Amino acid sequence: MKSHIKIGNAQGFWGDIIDAPARLLSSQPDLDYLTLDYLAEVSLSIMAVQRDQDPRLGYARDFLSVIGALAPHWRSGRKFRVVTNAGGLNPKACAEACAEALRKGGCAGLKIGLVTGDDVLPLMKNPGPLAPHFRHWETKEELATVADRLTTGHAYIGAAPVAEALALGADIVLTGRVADPSLAVAPCLHEFGWSPTDYDRIAQATIAGHLIECGTQVTGGIMTDWLNLDHATDLGFPIVEVAHDGDVVVTKPYGTGGTVSLMTVKEQFLYEMASSEVYLSPDAMVHLDEIEFHPAGDDRVRMAGAHGKAPTDFYKVSATYRDGFTASAMLTIVGHRAVDKARRTGAIILERVRRAGFELARANVECLGAGDVVPGVLRGPDPASLVEVVLRVTVADPQKEAVDRFVKEVAPMVTGGAPGTTGYAGGRAKVRPVFGYWPCLVPRDQVQATVEIVEA
Amino acid sequence: MARPEADLVIVRLRDLAAARSGDKGSSANIGVIARSPAIFSFLVGWLTPQRVLEYFRPLGPTGIQSHIFTKLEAINFTLEGVLAGGGSRSLRIDAQGKTLGQALLEMEVDLPVPLADTLLPERHGVHRHE
Repeated sequence: MKSHIKIGNAQGFWGDIIDAPARLLSSQPDLDYLTLDYLAEVSLSIMAVQRDQDPRLGYARDFLSVIGALAPHWRSGRKFRVVTNAGGLNPKACAEACAEALRKGGCAGLKIGLVTGDDVLPLMKNPGPLAPHFRHWETKEELATVADRLTTGHAYIGAAPVAEALALGADIVLTGRVADPSLAVAPCLHEFGWSPTDYDRIAQATIAGHLIECGTQVTGGIMTDWLNLDHATDLGFPIVEVAHDGDVVVTKPYGTGGTVSLMTVKEQFLYEMASSEVYLSPDAMVHLDEIEFHPAGDDRVRMAGAHGKAPTDFYKVSATYRDGFTASAMLTIVGHRAVDKARRTGAIILERVRRAGFELARANVECLGAGDVVPGVLRGPDPASLVEVVLRVTVADPQKEAVDRFVKEVAPMVTGGAPGTTGYAGGRAKVRPVFGYWPCLVPRDQVQATVEIVEA
Repeated sequence: MARPEADLVIVRLRDLAAARSGDKGSSANIGVIARSPAIFSFLVGWLTPQRVLEYFRPLGPTGIQSHIFTKLEAINFTLEGVLAGGGSRSLRIDAQGKTLGQALLEMEVDLPVPLADTLLPERHGVHRHE
């Protein structure tokens, strides 16, 4: 049994640096596990649109290029495993495409562990006595208010089935919705043989996973003192070294840009963290108050003090529902009284949509540069003094036709609006479907994760 | 800005702390990390949930929660309902509250000179108001 393992995360979201996985492997020759996190709260709804257009889609296709880039490492005989939620809402199709990509890359014979069972949409559509659990987590609204418009519903399952896939010899574990930190917990369960009730160690691994799940956000990305950061062009992706006893060190490959410091780690620890002494994951209820970070060398920070208890009897569910259409258009307005001109331009665009016969359900006019990003809170210079501003007009409506009309009313302002109007090179704004976010719960015993192996 | 209390120094929260914000549904959280133990002791009493809620009042938050992480010298605030519908529904450019941390760091902090000297021993370019 290994005394410790190195887990690196090289995708913090769907759209992160595409060559990061291969580069992390190259720059850290003893990396054991590579995790890739593709799923944010509403990512699955975007995948649902893609699957509607082609039933073979509905997963993070970026991952197929990653496989191509990783293939030479596998061919060279290197031992490492990949754990990723790239499967999105169609893990089976993703697995087939991955097997194909592996064969093309000369890696026939590698094993893909497919974890499914997170999809609870059928349950939500026919909830029966479960209906009270499906109330909106924040607003307590009944699911019935959106039930006919539901597009996705997935439970955040935990590390256990992922660890099972690793035990079956998977070189790549492909999942749909799995709690982000569980991608890092699973390798620890597998390698160290921790019991599922070894909650303190699982708590340490869970926070380790939380710290690296957003990629470079823990190695200097978006840090408060970012302007003082050296080598910000090429931030290293993060690695956690987890020991058998639950000791955790956060670091990054030697020679990469950015920094791992007490401040970067504390900032990321607090990122998207509820104001509470506990962090709920499907693997453990983590108690946060005793957590400490200590410097442990150059770009190395040790984490200690996470304590765990049994998780709750529920999985968190992220569901999405269709909520009409939206579009957002921008124009740049320059010269004397730029803000006045921008606001008038925005009002005219909306009025022209109204005169065309569409009452838009919601609209927002922002003058970016004039204090509208955090409106009423963050004020810069006197808006009357500004000689350039970006106008952003955003609308939403249940009727697609209304939003279609809106996007056609923007360009005419370049010739028929304020002097000094420019910045329309991008063309007509895109009309997009809106997906409302519906967080809720599902009892654990209603969700059965399954694991199968697909050979490339 | 002349002030009646002669010996006050106005600094910004960014001189005292770092911050990071993100979304939680239609709420947003802001983690504030003190730059020193002395600053943390001061902020625990000064940067109250009420003060933070009042600061963000124009965005229409419906409430605030906070949690103090003593060992991390940090305070985590959750501004409830501040994102006008949240990541997928909000029409604001910052639908996910990514900028709220930076906005909070611009908050003015009035410090009596002796306290400023204690908290920011190496402060430069901070104007003393006579």
